[in-house]
Amino acid sequence: MSLFEVRNLSKKFGGLNVTNDVSISLNPGDRIALIGPNGAGKTTFVNLVTGHIRPDAGVVMIAGQDVTRLSPRARVHAGLVRSFQVTRLFPEMSPEEHVAMAILQRMGKVEKAFGDYRSMPEVMAETAEILGILNLTPIARSRVSGIAYGQQRLLEIGLAMALRPKVLLLDEPAAGVPSSDTVLIERALDRLPPDLAVLMIEHDMDFVFRFAQRVVVLAAGTVIFDGTPAQVAADPQVREAYLGSYAE
Amino acid sequence: MSNDAKTMTIWQRGLRSDLIACLLIGLIAVICFYAMPSGLSLLTRIIAIMLLVLSIDLVTGYGGVATLGHAALFGAGAYAAGIAAAKFGITDPLLMLLIGTIAGAIAGFLSSLVILRGHGLSQLVLSIAVIMLAREAANKFSTWTGGSDGLSGIAPSPLLGMWRFDLWGKTSYWLAVILLLVVFLILRQIVRSPFGMLVKAIRQDPIRVSAMGAPVYWTLVKMYVISGAVAGLGGALSAVATKVVGLDALSFELSAEAVVMLVLGGTANLFGAMIGTTVFIWFEHLVSSVNPFHWLTIVGVLLVTVVLFAPRGLTGIADQLRDKFGKGGAK
Ligand SMILES: Nc1ncnc2c1ncn2[C@@H]1O[C@H](COP(=O)(O)OP(=O)(O)O)[C@@H](O)[C@H]1O
Ligand SMILES: [Mg+2]
Repeated sequence: MSLFEVRNLSKKFGGLNVTNDVSISLNPGDRIALIGPNGAGKTTFVNLVTGHIRPDAGVVMIAGQDVTRLSPRARVHAGLVRSFQVTRLFPEMSPEEHVAMAILQRMGKVEKAFGDYRSMPEVMAETAEILGILNLTPIARSRVSGIAYGQQRLLEIGLAMALRPKVLLLDEPAAGVPSSDTVLIERALDRLPPDLAVLMIEHDMDFVFRFAQRVVVLAAGTVIFDGTPAQVAADPQVREAYLGSYAE
Repeated sequence: MSNDAKTMTIWQRGLRSDLIACLLIGLIAVICFYAMPSGLSLLTRIIAIMLLVLSIDLVTGYGGVATLGHAALFGAGAYAAGIAAAKFGITDPLLMLLIGTIAGAIAGFLSSLVILRGHGLSQLVLSIAVIMLAREAANKFSTWTGGSDGLSGIAPSPLLGMWRFDLWGKTSYWLAVILLLVVFLILRQIVRSPFGMLVKAIRQDPIRVSAMGAPVYWTLVKMYVISGAVAGLGGALSAVATKVVGLDALSFELSAEAVVMLVLGGTANLFGAMIGTTVFIWFEHLVSSVNPFHWLTIVGVLLVTVVLFAPRGLTGIADQLRDKFGKGGAK
């Protein structure tokens, strides 16, 4: 039994098959890249899996539990966490508050109506550790609306770390980040726990090759390839899907 | 002193600054008491409405829920306290306040179930529907509420058996001041707590909150219950102080005016709610005594001025000044 299993997932928007009978499974420690041209349905796949969109058919299982009908929130509690392609953060809050809130949620204390997280040593210690790993300590108390986009992307990863998921879905974690800063994102991903299963959507093939042991290619909602990074560049179907743009 | 500050936790430091704020509010209350002995009933009314505006700040300023029907919760408290006294002989003022608070919390719970179904404009429309239905119900059940004549026959017994509700409204005034301080302290705790932070996050991006595994809907329902308790207390206070409850306590006008007071003062810091209420009612009182025909026009001009030149309200101006001149204050 896999840690995370998606079976025969399908979704139509209007007449368009955006997700077409997609099956993927992940084991603990997996590092998988999901690639495919723009509009292939990668983000929709993530939305279906996390419960932000309802699938027409298919099953999503986490550690043997069928979560297909659960709310996004319940799936987080089952161990499934995602990041967003376009950063979704709370503009008026600081990185410290973001990470602390995620930790409080994980500890089951986020609804406490008394006390201040800054007076909770265990929350503060972990928050400081995560912000330190991400090099966000200097701006820990700035408003997120005022920090650089690359730092916001790092904070998205920080939120995922704070939730300690079993399965992490990263939707283009480096999108919009200047190439000089992608190394920071890569370094942050290197610090993720080794037994965590990660599926990352990414366009930069050099990054994909460094990160993933396995690559899944999606084109027009269909999985057209599932194999090692070494094989993917040579696959004729993949070449065609990309019209040669990534194939060397 | 500075040594103490170092060993205090951040929570304790926050509490200390809240207590200092309470002292200041208390001081202002004492000054007002001696400066205008004949204006105590106006001041008491201001405090009762302040509780309503604070309660709107909780759901709108912090939670981002659009509502033009919040007087329903205030009215629920006012009628519950009034009916308890006039029809059931429960005249102990503290008991009346408790009944009003509970009624407000229940009304908050029920109306949240309706209002939180919508988003944006539809939310606003639902909230207006809530206040209209509430008013219609109060009108219909006139044997209980007195209908459009209002509910009279409310005669609260002396506070703690010691202080009679005198003609000058001294007892009501001090009762109101103490209630305000207690509510203020409790609400400061709540908005700074993890729960308060969660509510603020929901206003900014509810989808992000659910993707973090935190509850969105029930968090807002809870905030609505707390908000309803505060508004209900305000309504009950007004019933105790004025000894009548009228349909105006359940009006769309009151709901809308209270939102205006909040915007005037500034949202999501509690101080704005208190300052906005004071300035608005004071201004209304002054202008309507000088020119009873055009006070609405003048109030309108005031509002346009504030919204254009200080979109974050009067407390927003203070924030801007503080940002400009350096000092990052504790907030
Ligand atoms: N909510 C939606 N309603 C209708 N069509 C959508 C919706 N979301 C995505 N699509 C369409 O589905 C296709 C896949 O989009 P998406 O999953 O964002 O692709 P990718 O992330 O691979 O670039 C696109 O053609 C897009 O226009
Ligand atoms: Mg996408």
